[in-house]
Amino acid sequence: MAETESNPSPLRGRRRPNRVFHWLGRTLDSLELPIQLLIRMCGWSSIILVAAIFYFIFRESGGMLARLDWGQFFGSSRWIPSPAEGNAPSYGAAGLLFGTISVTIGSMLISVPLGLGAAVFVSEFATPRVKETLKVVIEQLAAIPSVVWGFIGLTVMGPLLIKITGENVGVNMLNGSIIVGLMAVPVIVSISEDALRSVPDSYREAALALGATRWEVVYKVLFPAARNGLLAACMLGVGRAVGETMAVLMATGNANQITFNIFKSVQTMTATIAQEMGDAVQGGEHYQVLFIIGIVLLVITCSINVISDLVVKGIRREQHN
Amino acid sequence: MSLKARIGKISMAGLTLSAAALLLSGCGQKQTKGVVIKNRGSDTLVQVATAWAEEYKNAKPDVTVQVNGGGSGTGITALINGTVDIANSSRAMKDKEKEQIKAKFGDDATINEYIVGYDGIAVYTNTENPLEEISITQLNGIYAESGTIENWDQVESSLSGEIQRASRQNNSGTYVFFREAVCGKSGEFKQGANSLSGSKEVVEFVTTTPNAIGYSGMGYKTDDVNWLAVSKEDGGVSYEPTPENVLSKNYPIARPLFLYTVGEEPDAVKAYLAWIQGAEGQKIVAAQKFVPVN
Repeated sequence: MAETESNPSPLRGRRRPNRVFHWLGRTLDSLELPIQLLIRMCGWSSIILVAAIFYFIFRESGGMLARLDWGQFFGSSRWIPSPAEGNAPSYGAAGLLFGTISVTIGSMLISVPLGLGAAVFVSEFATPRVKETLKVVIEQLAAIPSVVWGFIGLTVMGPLLIKITGENVGVNMLNGSIIVGLMAVPVIVSISEDALRSVPDSYREAALALGATRWEVVYKVLFPAARNGLLAACMLGVGRAVGETMAVLMATGNANQITFNIFKSVQTMTATIAQEMGDAVQGGEHYQVLFIIGIVLLVITCSINVISDLVVKGIRREQHN
Repeated sequence: MSLKARIGKISMAGLTLSAAALLLSGCGQKQTKGVVIKNRGSDTLVQVATAWAEEYKNAKPDVTVQVNGGGSGTGITALINGTVDIANSSRAMKDKEKEQIKAKFGDDATINEYIVGYDGIAVYTNTENPLEEISITQLNGIYAESGTIENWDQVESSLSGEIQRASRQNNSGTYVFFREAVCGKSGEFKQGANSLSGSKEVVEFVTTTPNAIGYSGMGYKTDDVNWLAVSKEDGGVSYEPTPENVLSKNYPIARPLFLYTVGEEPDAVKAYLAWIQGAEGQKIVAAQKFVPVN
């Protein structure tokens, strides 16, 4: 707008610019209320969307919420939603819950050290040129579609893991954790790097002046100063891992079992929904139970968000005192 | 650049990509002319059905056949809803589905069933596995919930290692058929098998996993994987899933492949079905490694 004001375009040269702007200003004035409403709607839209999602998945899960045997759902890992004729279906989702939790923990063990380490290197140790290159490459990493990650897990990592470990199967808990861990790294790097960069340079200078080594500056000064942001970064990584679907479907081997052997296949809740939703009869029991799994996932991610919020707030309060 | 702006950039890129994909797919569907036959169903049959559609275009250029997969149940549901002309199915239509058709199209609507070929479900093992034959009883021990076979040495004493079971997702027609053939009418599968999303995925899984066993259509055999000869019981004569053994019903895990239509078919559909059952259509069935009807 400012540009057209200083050099009016030759097309409109005959008209006096101030008249045009007078007219524009008047029109905008009369539009003020609708525009205000529109912007307000944009602000509210995220809340409306979340409410709509909650409403939708609760509605789709229908009567099953009341009828489901919750003891079996959380206590058994016998998942037989479409049984042989004459048998009752069994909706034991403990194995799926276990799969999600184990892959999430495993991926965090990989992505948190890797992501924080990369962030520290990028923000504190790298020369400007290396830093710029690394940032671009890490952003590229975030743009790789999850199905490509899954494909790498299935076709590259799987056979490699069999060769290295000599175990029975290459698509397993470890494979899924590595793939999802690598997927979470760019998220963690970006946010932690922002957090580290927002620590004032005076902190670094003061620490160095007191004779701290660069490493001591990182873990005695920067980490405590930036811990809100670092924690937020890790929590976002957890959220990414819990919700990841396509890559885990391909890389974890998709076998419903509870095992503490990282070389065994597991099945996550998201993968189950993705694999079975397509053919489940709409409105049928199986369909509704899949939506209940969706609700459980939503509850998990919501609690992660709330807990991390509370933790961050707690830390902030502590810092103020 | 702030993080938010960065996330925004990434999601914009995603939106642009998906918009482009939508545009492309939209273009693909526009170039239909003349008569269109819509065809949907079994993933087992989708390769044959696509080959039929392509070959039929040479015979009758003004007829376009649209083929979609999605599973036998999906195809029959589409037939019930009236969105397709022909449903492909790797299992017979259930009574419940027949009732739904009667309810939708009236009691005097005929349900036309065509058997267009046979499919043997082969039992695949890795090429490193020297085993050559297996019995239904042993398969029951491996796959059924009540079965107790967990190690290869329980199948044959010279083998070793834990059996890695590959299975399909629980709404696949192949899953249901193999379960009934191996676990019995009211038997269920053992939990903890790798449940894979397609026939080809099972073969690929067995190819890369030395201790694996898996089941999939005989058409999916490659040189990098073995199949086992199957006998009805321990010590019985075992048969490989070859076309001759499937047609003679000696191979114990085989099923017919169906096409379904409802009511009096339009002439174009009638001609297409006749062509499929004729020499040319059946040649394609054989070329796709299924067993032709005659």
